[in-house]
Amino acid sequence: MSFDIGDGIDSAVNYILDNFSPALDLTAASIGFLTGGLQSGLLSIPMSVGIAIFALLALWRVSFSFAVFAGLSLALVGQMGLWAAMMETLSLVIASTVIAMIVGLPLGVAMARRDSVAAVIRPTLDLMQTMPAFVYLIPAAMFFGLGAVPGTIATVIFSMPPVVRLTNLGIRQVDVEFVEAGNAFGCTPTQLLLKVQLPNAMPSIMAGINQTIMLSLSMVVIASMIGAGGLGNTVLTGIQRLDVGTGFEGGLAVVILAVILDRLTQSLGKKRAIWRLPFVKLAVREPEAKTV
Amino acid sequence: MAFTTEHENGSSERSPKIRLKNVYKIFGDYPEDGLKLLRSGKGKADIHRETGCSIGVTNASFDIKTGEIFVIMGLSGSGKSTLLRLLNRLIEPTSGSIEIDGQDITTMSRKALIELRRRDISMVFQSFALLPNRNVVNNAAFGLEVAGVGEVERKAKAMAALKAVGLEGYSESRPDELSGGMKQRVGLARALAGEPSILLMDEAFSALDPLIRTEMQDELVRLQSERSRTIVFVSHDLDEAMRIGDRICIMQNGNVVQVGTPDEIVGSPANDYIRSFFRNVDVSQVFKAGDVARRNQITIIERQGVSAAAALEQMKSRDREFAIIVGRDMKYHGMVSQASLMEKIRSKAEDPYRKAFLADAAPILASEQLSGVLGQVAASAWPVPVVDDQHRYIGAISKSVLLETLDRAN
Repeated sequence: MSFDIGDGIDSAVNYILDNFSPALDLTAASIGFLTGGLQSGLLSIPMSVGIAIFALLALWRVSFSFAVFAGLSLALVGQMGLWAAMMETLSLVIASTVIAMIVGLPLGVAMARRDSVAAVIRPTLDLMQTMPAFVYLIPAAMFFGLGAVPGTIATVIFSMPPVVRLTNLGIRQVDVEFVEAGNAFGCTPTQLLLKVQLPNAMPSIMAGINQTIMLSLSMVVIASMIGAGGLGNTVLTGIQRLDVGTGFEGGLAVVILAVILDRLTQSLGKKRAIWRLPFVKLAVREPEAKTV
Repeated sequence: MAFTTEHENGSSERSPKIRLKNVYKIFGDYPEDGLKLLRSGKGKADIHRETGCSIGVTNASFDIKTGEIFVIMGLSGSGKSTLLRLLNRLIEPTSGSIEIDGQDITTMSRKALIELRRRDISMVFQSFALLPNRNVVNNAAFGLEVAGVGEVERKAKAMAALKAVGLEGYSESRPDELSGGMKQRVGLARALAGEPSILLMDEAFSALDPLIRTEMQDELVRLQSERSRTIVFVSHDLDEAMRIGDRICIMQNGNVVQVGTPDEIVGSPANDYIRSFFRNVDVSQVFKAGDVARRNQITIIERQGVSAAAALEQMKSRDREFAIIVGRDMKYHGMVSQASLMEKIRSKAEDPYRKAFLADAAPILASEQLSGVLGQVAASAWPVPVVDDQHRYIGAISKSVLLETLDRAN
């Protein structure tokens, strides 16, 4: 006896195309609205203002030297003529991260609450992370056409696992006594989640979001093959024309965006960010109070 | 002591606040099987081998009276923390009934249970369990917040509770800025803020330094005298149980072996296990030197350039004749007396500090039987220092400590 998995998948895809096109259209429209809005919003910001915003964010959340790095490296991107492409990529990254969070956070919470849910979701996440991206790029294009929408969806599939996993892990690692205290004072399960578990799982959840952003950046080049646009296009053009210089420029811009986003999102997981200026040393924390 | 009635007839005098009847807790995937075996008289090890279950609490039946401090005492693994958590169903009992104010909580719905926890029972934890993302006042107000009390009212109540434990000035601090003792005061304030009628305290003071622990015990007794609640206090510390408990319940391997006032338990211990706590035939054969050594002598840490005069001043100001000199690593160096220090300072000796060491103040090992060192302590003019096998200073045995220990024995 034999059966063909490939044929099965083919007919499943066709079945979905034939019967669920209104649902697919709605999904495409709402994701398109999100990415389109983000893209036009980001592109409407003049480059100089955009660089200033990034530099200020870096100064606020990270450090003065990182702000200088951000300003200079973004100016370099502008110099290479890739600012608009970078904003397109950024909008793709933001859109897919937002969707990954909307879907991933509740999944992570559900995993943490029930072992049976975790047992189902965990292998699914493994599948999402290890399945070669090209494989689901094609059905994504079939369902949603070419452009930013299937690019976003493919990126979400690839980048969502960390936020789910680390939300689950973060909640499970919350100190048993905190959970006991929450229960002992009469928390409902929802109160326990919102007042005890999520706040204490925050560093882990933020690490998951950071990883999701990094993974979605690494997906942009692949997503550009189905017309997602942005810096991926530049790299793809370089590859297709064997133009090493163009490809390298695109790659460099991706790296710069990655470094800046990484540092900025990492700083969100930290408890308190303070202004750190050169030559001005702030007293960090009072030493621990003591009683005798 | 406020309550001296025996637990058997206690119920006739006052209505019980909490009544446990044949309560069992068995941990494992198939607790019913374990329960069956346990009731058929099988031992712990057999049950574990056959079903994989472990026994938490076996057939606990006793009353806790309104307004008393009831201490559950036992060694680690005796099931005392499990028993405490059965009282607010943080752990679900396998069998038996637990009545609070006459109402069986084991059959309560989830909703009613949450209501009960919000209104009647609160809890204090060994490692404080203060939420690190909230400041002190919001931690203290946590129970009220969960119960849906409005912000103004709950803040006012939390502040009042903080004031009661002496922390009103720290309401905006973060838990990690506080010392252990202060953290547990916040834990206590959080438990008191909702004005519950029952307070469960799980080794609440065990993580604190001895001095702070005593202070907190006094604080608890004071709070109890101001406004009476029913307090169930878990402890492994005999002194603590005797100090604060109106009645004590002693647990051993999941069994309740005796319930009674401290006097009753000391006077007529139910078995040898309890006797080993309180009344040994010869306590000096049971206790090791380290068990009775107390850290109430002045210790002075020897450092480069330490002044003999400063040490002398410290001893004078605390009115102690003797002081123990230790290194930074707490290794025992020697012992000085006011007289020996003064003499060496007067004679302008080189390195007066070390020269002042009492020549025959040899320390004894913590692992030595008390019976073996009785003579040495009795003959010594000063408290005899006790060190561990790494020569670290553990405490000292004075004559009065020794007599007290022997007196407890007989």
